[in-house]
Amino acid sequence: MAAKKTFEENMARLGEIVEKLEKGEVPLNDSLKLFEEGTKLVNQCRTELDKAEQQVVKLMKGPDGAPIEHDFLSEE
Amino acid sequence: MEQHVFSVTEVNQYIKQAIDDIPQLQTLLIRGELSNYKVYPSGHHYFTLKDGQSAIRCVMFRGSAGKLRFRPESGMQVIAGGRISVYPRDGAYQLYCTTLSADGIGDLYVAFEQLKEKLNREGLFDPAHKKPLPAYPRRIAIVTSSAGAAVHDMIRILHRRYPIAKVLLLPVRVQGVEAPPEIVGAIRYANRWQLADVLIVGRGGGSIEDLWAFNDERVARAIYASDIPVISAVGHEPDVTISDFVADRRASTPSNAAEIAVPDHAELLKQLDRASRAMAQGTLSTLERADGQLKALAAKRVLADPMAFVDDRRMQLDSVQQRLGLTAHRQLSARQQHFAALTASLDALSPLKVLGRGYAVAQTEDGTVLRTSRQVREGDRIRVQLGQGSLGCAVEHIINGEER
Repeated sequence: MAAKKTFEENMARLGEIVEKLEKGEVPLNDSLKLFEEGTKLVNQCRTELDKAEQQVVKLMKGPDGAPIEHDFLSEE
Repeated sequence: MEQHVFSVTEVNQYIKQAIDDIPQLQTLLIRGELSNYKVYPSGHHYFTLKDGQSAIRCVMFRGSAGKLRFRPESGMQVIAGGRISVYPRDGAYQLYCTTLSADGIGDLYVAFEQLKEKLNREGLFDPAHKKPLPAYPRRIAIVTSSAGAAVHDMIRILHRRYPIAKVLLLPVRVQGVEAPPEIVGAIRYANRWQLADVLIVGRGGGSIEDLWAFNDERVARAIYASDIPVISAVGHEPDVTISDFVADRRASTPSNAAEIAVPDHAELLKQLDRASRAMAQGTLSTLERADGQLKALAAKRVLADPMAFVDDRRMQLDSVQQRLGLTAHRQLSARQQHFAALTASLDALSPLKVLGRGYAVAQTEDGTVLRTSRQVREGDRIRVQLGQGSLGCAVEHIINGEER
């Protein structure tokens, strides 16, 4: 399976699909395929938005200079 | 030689040119006290700037005056910015003032204006250098104090608007002499390790002295040098720092920076709905169009009446057959004519025909056709064939003649 696309890539692809379908220049068969792909993307993006649990970390410089993540809890 | 006599206008123009050629006078700040401050109906402001010993006339045109953040009054200590030039009509030089600030904070303000001017001249505020912010950042790094309300405000808003993103906090001191190097270090560190897609650099509100680290030249240059787009988020709405000018985007507050940094979750969901609808509508139109085309095709005779095809073929066949018949007939009659012609010529050659004209053929008894008298002897019996009937004859007398 191909590497998971980022939210941004999915949104960009979705934008392309919407534009193509709105122009109505694609052949019927392709347009049905695009519609299917687009619908999948919409659902995928929605799921991603709904499920997301924000991660907040505090970065400290490690002994070798590389960043080390520490939990950072918002006191709210 | 006669000495040149100038007109007054020439002299004033000459002096104006000379003054306009002095670069130091083209952009300068002057500290002084406002006096004789007047606003004309035209919208231009006229005043005098003075200190203990001297005074200079000043004009601030309507456009610049409209941008003033406070109402200047005679007696105020101010710092006026602009250029010196000559008003040729009066032959008087004056300050063409474009900025006017209350001189409450003294040297800090001057330092601020001077650094702002310097960095502006160097192009650090150039809009062309400003990078666009990513539409959907995956990682947002915040360079600020880990204490204080600002960081929590930002985290809360980022969480509400865009929980997909990871928030990385790079804690720094935001005031005091240690603050600028720490802020610079954090910005460079984020770039070196490519920690984020967007950087928020800032702090909550405070006095001008509290915010001073964000007017530091080192901080300004680090922001300018950052490959990661930077949102400056210092203090409250009216606070303006050098960081604000040099950053890719200026936020009025840290909370505002969080809003600018990420798209809104609710708005995104709406956008997805719109995309869904647009796709459905687009696909539906394509389908409807295809359906229309299909109907138009189906309405054509060949599909509407399946036998039409067969009928058409049948008619075609008839026509071919007919043409074939004609051809055969034509060929046949040509042959008949040929035959008739042949028969005619055959007829012409027929010996019967010659005999019919009165000639006769003589033959010996064995059937040999006589061509010369030498073929027979007297007394021989010969047969003479006539046009009709024949004669049995005896040769009585032979007359030999020249052979023809």
